[in-house]
Amino acid sequence: MSTTAPEVPRSRARARKLYTVDNPKKSPVLTIVVAVFTIYCLLPLVWLIINATKSQGDFVSTFGLSFGSHFALFDNIAEVFTYDDGIFSRWLLNTLMYVLVGATVSTFLAALGGYALAKLPFRGKRAFLFIVLGSISVPGIAIAIPQFLLFAQLGLTNTPWAVLIPSFLNPFGLYLMWVSASDAIPQDILEAARIDGAGEIRTFAQVGVRMMIPATVTVFLFSFVSIWNNYFLPLIMLNDPKWYPLTIGISIWNKLGNTAGNSEMLQNLVITSSLLTIIPLLIAFISLQRFWQSGLAVGAVKG
Amino acid sequence: MALATEAPPASPPRRKQRAGFVVRFRNRQIGWLFIAPFCVLFLLVFIVPIFYAGYLSLFQQRMVGGDVFAGVANYQKLFGDSQFWDGVVRVALFTAIQVPIMLFCSMCLALAIDSRRLYGTKFLRLTIFLPYAVPAIVSTLMWGFMLGVRYGLFRQLNQWLGTDVNPFTPSTTMISIGVMVTWAFTGYNMLIFYSALKSVPHELYEAAAVDGANQWQVIRAIKFPAMRGSLVVTIIFSIIGTFQIFNEPQILPSMVSNSGITTYYTPNLYAYNLAFTGSQQGYAAALALVMAAMTVAIAYAVQIHGMRKALNG
Repeated sequence: MSTTAPEVPRSRARARKLYTVDNPKKSPVLTIVVAVFTIYCLLPLVWLIINATKSQGDFVSTFGLSFGSHFALFDNIAEVFTYDDGIFSRWLLNTLMYVLVGATVSTFLAALGGYALAKLPFRGKRAFLFIVLGSISVPGIAIAIPQFLLFAQLGLTNTPWAVLIPSFLNPFGLYLMWVSASDAIPQDILEAARIDGAGEIRTFAQVGVRMMIPATVTVFLFSFVSIWNNYFLPLIMLNDPKWYPLTIGISIWNKLGNTAGNSEMLQNLVITSSLLTIIPLLIAFISLQRFWQSGLAVGAVKG
Repeated sequence: MALATEAPPASPPRRKQRAGFVVRFRNRQIGWLFIAPFCVLFLLVFIVPIFYAGYLSLFQQRMVGGDVFAGVANYQKLFGDSQFWDGVVRVALFTAIQVPIMLFCSMCLALAIDSRRLYGTKFLRLTIFLPYAVPAIVSTLMWGFMLGVRYGLFRQLNQWLGTDVNPFTPSTTMISIGVMVTWAFTGYNMLIFYSALKSVPHELYEAAAVDGANQWQVIRAIKFPAMRGSLVVTIIFSIIGTFQIFNEPQILPSMVSNSGITTYYTPNLYAYNLAFTGSQQGYAAALALVMAAMTVAIAYAVQIHGMRKALNG
């Protein structure tokens, strides 16, 4: 950085390409090193896209990273949606329902709670924070088996509630909301709203929420992803294919297609449905990056 | 609603008293109103299941006689259960190797991206993060197919090179799972480090440049200290994550044979199999609680250690 500084005044033409602390000289070597890692990140996704365009026969017989003898992507997609009476659309709708309801409720509860922790006085706040933040370090899977046993007792297993209710709780989201509400909402704006006669709930809805938007998008997006990708919870809670989300459905197809002695090979379905499952998430992340990157930053700095 | 319509006929002093109470309540405890839904849910989804698991762990399911109160017998059995310890040791070893490699990569990538010396920084940053959005089931399927010797790239690679490499033998499966987990989480951790680096005040870099500090000195004196808090957080979350490894070993056996994955390969897989195929719920509950306690203890130890380091350093 600093070594490039003396070169600057040599010529006027150079002066435009001034290398500063903010804008140092680009390094091809460093770029290549990082790009190699990027290949590791992209390779499976490229493999998935290529193989979703192959027929079952081509999948077994051709090289993994080359295209098959004919382009079968649309045939595969059609087969995914029609196989077994179109159960895939049912799984897709289930997943959408789990994700939209779950992420909306959990984000709302986290926003309410985070706002209260940051801006409202109440007794027992420290104890509450201690317990809830402590719960983040309890592994989700360790708690899922006890949850299953309890929900079975309550008659909730094998219903959508068994997947929805646990997804409403997002302690890490509460933490992010708390941090961002503390930073983003000036106390005097709240005081002004109160003096104007707004109740606490109106103050929250009209003033607080607006200032917590980046954190809200972040928490929503990350709950969205974790519910969309959830595997263990629906695996133990559900046994009726009617209520399966995509993750469990794909895993069932994968088991079917790989079972020894099964005449039917379903790998083209497994691969194509996997691709269809990740596309919405990739689009969500790419289109909302402005929000979640700043939201994530808030959490990381405080942590 | 009913209260509001009844309010006018009520005598003025009572109304005043009521209003006073509301105001006082609003001032001191309105926070509880906001947090109550979260609390109820937290009780139902977290606290009650833990206590219920504690209760269940005191019973054993017997073929003859059904559920029998067994005191701490499940815990005694667990501490002598070589299958349980086999899983714990495997997961601990995996954590000890995979987490440092992954976090080292994450840190280096964060430093590279923060250096502003890359072509296409934004593209690289996003691409490295993308695997995080892929569900474990899909990532296991992709890697299982790619690394598998039946259909995958390794079959073809072995054919071309005349080698006999199999990523899914009892001795190599854990490495392959490490490749999958590292793939999924390096980018996420990178972003956390990167966020920490971005919060460094700009003047520090200018001051360093004026003092003639070279890049390594800037990294050592400014950037590493800035990432220390994030390092504690990422270590804790990575340990929690790897300790509960389940998806990969649960899905892989349906794709590859002779991978060496047993029903007790990881503690969580063992708990799952005990509860759902062995119907030993009491024993599974005890196992889940012991694993939770171990994870919390380790996370707590890392945090204390990290804080002490931050204070001393």
